[in-house]
Amino acid sequence: MALPNKLLLEIVTPDRSLVREEVDDLQLPGAEGYLGVLPGHAPLLATLKVGELWYRVGQERQYLSIAGGFVEVLPDRVTVLAQIAERAQEIDVARAEAARTRAEERLARPSPDIDLERARIALMKALIRLQVASRARTRV
Amino acid sequence: MPSLLDLRRRIRAVKSTQQITKAMKMIAASRLKRAQERVIAARPYARRMLQVLNSLAARVDPESHPLLRTGSEEGRPLLIVITADRGLCGSFNANAIKAAGQFIVEQNRAEGIGLGLIGRKGRDVFRRRGFDVRFEQVGIFQRLTYAHAADIAVAAIDEFVSGRASSVHIVYNEFKSVIAQRIVLEQLLPIPRLEAATGPTTEYLYEPAADQIFADLLPRHVQAQVYRALLESNAAFFAAQMTAMDAATRNSSEMIDSLTLYMNKVRQAAITREIIEVVSGAAAT
Repeated sequence: MALPNKLLLEIVTPDRSLVREEVDDLQLPGAEGYLGVLPGHAPLLATLKVGELWYRVGQERQYLSIAGGFVEVLPDRVTVLAQIAERAQEIDVARAEAARTRAEERLARPSPDIDLERARIALMKALIRLQVASRARTRV
Repeated sequence: MPSLLDLRRRIRAVKSTQQITKAMKMIAASRLKRAQERVIAARPYARRMLQVLNSLAARVDPESHPLLRTGSEEGRPLLIVITADRGLCGSFNANAIKAAGQFIVEQNRAEGIGLGLIGRKGRDVFRRRGFDVRFEQVGIFQRLTYAHAADIAVAAIDEFVSGRASSVHIVYNEFKSVIAQRIVLEQLLPIPRLEAATGPTTEYLYEPAADQIFADLLPRHVQAQVYRALLESNAAFFAAQMTAMDAATRNSSEMIDSLTLYMNKVRQAAITREIIEVVSGAAAT
C-alpha cells in the first residue's frame, strides 16, 4: 500500500470544530513530550498536555495553543479532541498577560487556601498562550 | 353591561400584553438559533469521544475502572434535574419536574434519593418540599460554558465514587424540533456498558498505556454528556418559549377581535337608545 502524502487534520473542542484541513505535517504536545506526525504514521492514541500545536500546509505554518485532551493518529488522518484550543490570531494577549502575572503572584506567595497545582497549570496555560500569540505576530 | 370606556381600556391592556409576548417570541427565536448552532457544534466532539472509548473498551477490562462498576449498595440514587431559570415557556419546566417526580416514586426508596438541581425553576420546587439536594446550579444558562458542565460532572462523579450515590441519572428536555421537546431520562453513572468495537480493529500504539488513557477519558466522557444535556435543554427551552409566546400572541389577537366586536355593539346600542330618546322626546311635545 502506498503511503499517503497528506494528513487530514481535525481539531474539535466541546464548543466547536476548529480545524478540518489537509496538512503536510504537524507537531503535538503529547503528555510524555512533543510528537511530530508525518503522513503514514502508525496508529496511535495519546493524551495531550498544555502546549503548543503547529501544523504545516505547504510553506505555511499555523500555530495553536492546546490545553489537555487527546489525539487519535491514523496513517492518513489525525483527530485532536482538545478541552481548549485557540488559534494564534485569536489569543487575547492582554488577558494571557494578566493571567500570567496573577499565577506568578500566587506561586510566589503560597498560602494554604491557594491550590498550588491549579496555579501552576494556570501559569503554564498563560505562558503557552503568550508563546503561541508571539508566533502569530512575528510571522506577519 | 360594561361601559364603553371600560372596554376601550381592556382592549388597550390586551394590546400591550400582545406587544410584550410578540417581542418575547422574537427574542426567543433569535436565541434559539444560536442555541441550536451550539448543539450542532458540540456533536462532533461527543461522537469522536464515544468512538475512541468504544475502541478502547475492546482492549481494557471494563470492570477495572470505578466509573464503570456498579455503585455501592448503601448509596442512594442521585438524579440530576435540568430545568430552565425562567418561565413563560409552556409546560417545559413542568414536564421535567413531573418526570423527576415519577422517577422518585419508581425508585420507591424509604430513605429517598439525592437530587442535583440545575435551573432555578426546578430548584425552587424541590427545595421547598425538603428533598435532599446534593448540589445545585442556578443562572448558568445565560452564559453557558463547558466549565459549568465540568463542575456538575465532577460533583456527580464525586458523589458516585465516594459511595454516597449508587447511581446517577439525568433528566432533561431534549431538543427534537422547534415545536417538539422530548423528556429524556438517561443513566450517567455507572457508565452504561460500552460497545466494544466489532470487526477489524486498528492496532494502536498507546502513549501513555491504554488503561491510563481510558481512565483519563471516562470523566471527560461524563463531562461531555452533561454538556450535551445542558445544550439540548437550553435549545429546547427557547423553542418551548417561542411556541408558547406565539400561541399567546395569537390568543390576544383573538381576544382583541372579540372585544372590539363587543365594544362596537355596545356603542351602537347606546347610539340607538339616544336616538329613540330624542325621537320620543320630540313626539311628546
